[in-house]
Amino acid sequence: MNYTLHFGAVWASFDHLLGGLAIGLGLAVAAVAIGTLIGLLSAFASVSHSRLLRAISGTYVLLIRNIPLLVLVLLVYFALPATGIRLDKYESFIGSLALYAGAYLTEVFRAGLLSVPKGIVEAGRAIGLTRLQTNLYVVAPVMLRNSLPSLGNTFIGMFKDSSIAAAIAIPELTFEARKINVDTFRVVETWSVASGLYIAACFTIAALLRMLERRFPKF
Amino acid sequence: MDAFLAQLWIARWPIFDGFLMTIGISVGAIVFGTILGCIVGIQLVFGSFLVKLPFRLYVDIMRGTPLLVLILAAFYVPAVLGLSLSAPQAGTLALGLFAGAHIGELVRGSLQAIPPGQIEAGRAIGLRFPQILANVLLPQALRTALPPWINTGVELIKGSSLLSMIGVGELLLKTQEVIGRNFMTIQFYVFAGILYLVVNIALDLLGKSLERRLGARL
Amino acid sequence: MILDETARPLLDIRALRKNFGAVEILKGVDLAVRPKEVVSIIGSSGSGKTTLLRCVNLLEEFQGGDIILDGETIGYKTAGGKRVRLRDAELSRQRAMTGMVFQSFNLFPHLTAAGNVMLGLRKVKKMGKDEAFAIAEKWLSRVGLGARLNHYPSQLSGGQQQRVAIARALAMNPKLVLLDEVTSALDPELVQEVLTTIKGIADDGATLLIVTHEMRFAREVSDRIVFMEQGRIAEEGTPEVIFGEGRSQRLNEFLKSSRH
Repeated sequence: MNYTLHFGAVWASFDHLLGGLAIGLGLAVAAVAIGTLIGLLSAFASVSHSRLLRAISGTYVLLIRNIPLLVLVLLVYFALPATGIRLDKYESFIGSLALYAGAYLTEVFRAGLLSVPKGIVEAGRAIGLTRLQTNLYVVAPVMLRNSLPSLGNTFIGMFKDSSIAAAIAIPELTFEARKINVDTFRVVETWSVASGLYIAACFTIAALLRMLERRFPKF
Repeated sequence: MDAFLAQLWIARWPIFDGFLMTIGISVGAIVFGTILGCIVGIQLVFGSFLVKLPFRLYVDIMRGTPLLVLILAAFYVPAVLGLSLSAPQAGTLALGLFAGAHIGELVRGSLQAIPPGQIEAGRAIGLRFPQILANVLLPQALRTALPPWINTGVELIKGSSLLSMIGVGELLLKTQEVIGRNFMTIQFYVFAGILYLVVNIALDLLGKSLERRLGARL
Repeated sequence: MILDETARPLLDIRALRKNFGAVEILKGVDLAVRPKEVVSIIGSSGSGKTTLLRCVNLLEEFQGGDIILDGETIGYKTAGGKRVRLRDAELSRQRAMTGMVFQSFNLFPHLTAAGNVMLGLRKVKKMGKDEAFAIAEKWLSRVGLGARLNHYPSQLSGGQQQRVAIARALAMNPKLVLLDEVTSALDPELVQEVLTTIKGIADDGATLLIVTHEMRFAREVSDRIVFMEQGRIAEEGTPEVIFGEGRSQRLNEFLKSSRH
């Protein structure tokens, strides 16, 4: 074992890695934003009185949570064109990751909804708010605040999963790292730097989220 | 549909082999990860500060790095260090290390959830610490950790699909090879998806029934 | 308080029946409350008094009888010979006619004291922000919290939270205020500030229907006391009659058992 570390080749392409990191973050932000909408709708459906809506929400979560993300990504990217829908690889990946995030967020928001005290819902109804108004002005803000930690964790998870975009040649961090690895064969350096960047990003996001949570005190 | 079934019949053995590889690698990884995770969890709770440090570092590195990066690293790094691992071996190693960190956290959490009075009660009847660990703490901890442990199994089966990217002939790679021959993209991806779904839902149901049975006993 | 005995009742409950599954909670309750009257309902837990209050605020469905509020039958209508629950928007409008104060405050945790009072004014009464704030300020000052407008519920004591809840109910200018054991969740030293607040609004001429365990308070503030037992009104009368020397045996037993 006489491998000596030479980081020079990796530093030379460091800007590519950083660019890849930014793309990964962008993919995660877009996917979680759309996924939040899907998750909210699906979570309200999961606690609704309609058996049909509950079944749709439940099936969606069951399907998505038990299929590998890579299979979903490849299916959307390679199979959708056959149905006449044309998406570029970014749109396709964001769509897949949003569908994926939506299923996890359904459970996050569902737990958040169930954590809203029944009494404040009644208080909203008692002052004359309609069911919709109560959901909008009382339930949703409390539920969102209570869901913030899990929402943050889901975002970190989706950021890590953005690495799978490498499979359809989106030049995010993992894709760039593999390229440097193959070009330079500085294997140890490449992967330790790539992994270090992911870890640093995850810890930074986690720290920012904790700050955000402190800003809005828990109820 | 008939055309698909005909193609599926032609491709039945490669897909079956891929399915077995997926299950085999996942089982290998969960066994490796569980042994590792128990050690990690115990050290994170009861180890001295200096012992905790490397384990904490290991867990945080594994949890902060995407599984795909771990897999690629496990594929490329050992060779330059003079270790020759086959792609399935490298894949099992990566999944196992990943599982070890997650299970380590599970075990840590369940150990910490046990009231301190349990250790004191063990001491009071004259047990030494390893005996307390083996006879009092671990049986309780493993019970609470069981449902999320099953969930780790689901994550491993899903994660094993990433091994297709380092050329391990598991279910997804075999499916892609089949699609390369017959171009029935949607049908075969959906078919692979259903296979994953069936295995994972079965695991999920197993976990839920265990949870119910254990919930009744605790 | 001088009451007009001939005035039309503000609240008229007729033969109210309510059951949870097979369990009958209210077995035909008749009760009328006149404008500006203060009526307290007492009785052991499980007698149905809280359920009665929640029916009036339409938080519970009921299976028989009518509740008439200011001449309007609320909660249900008869369509094609069948009794049907009103639509959500109608129920909301009718609920806004009554104010409700809960045992556990139920303040909106994400809103300040002022925000709690303003929400109904803004969204139900469609007021502008400034107008709603002025009303919130007025009512919070009335309950002695003029200096706590921008405090969140978690920054207030239980007694202060309950006073915010009273302001929230009164700011909607309800015809009738329902108070459901509003001091039961409070530490003993915080009870008096809330009771004093309620006494004040009673003296201002609000119509109150109160469920309470505080016998001394009920005696002090009420024009009339209603004693409920097993889903029925067992006795009713002025505080002097109910708490007086000539009271019945069962009332005597209840009052003895309820003394702390």
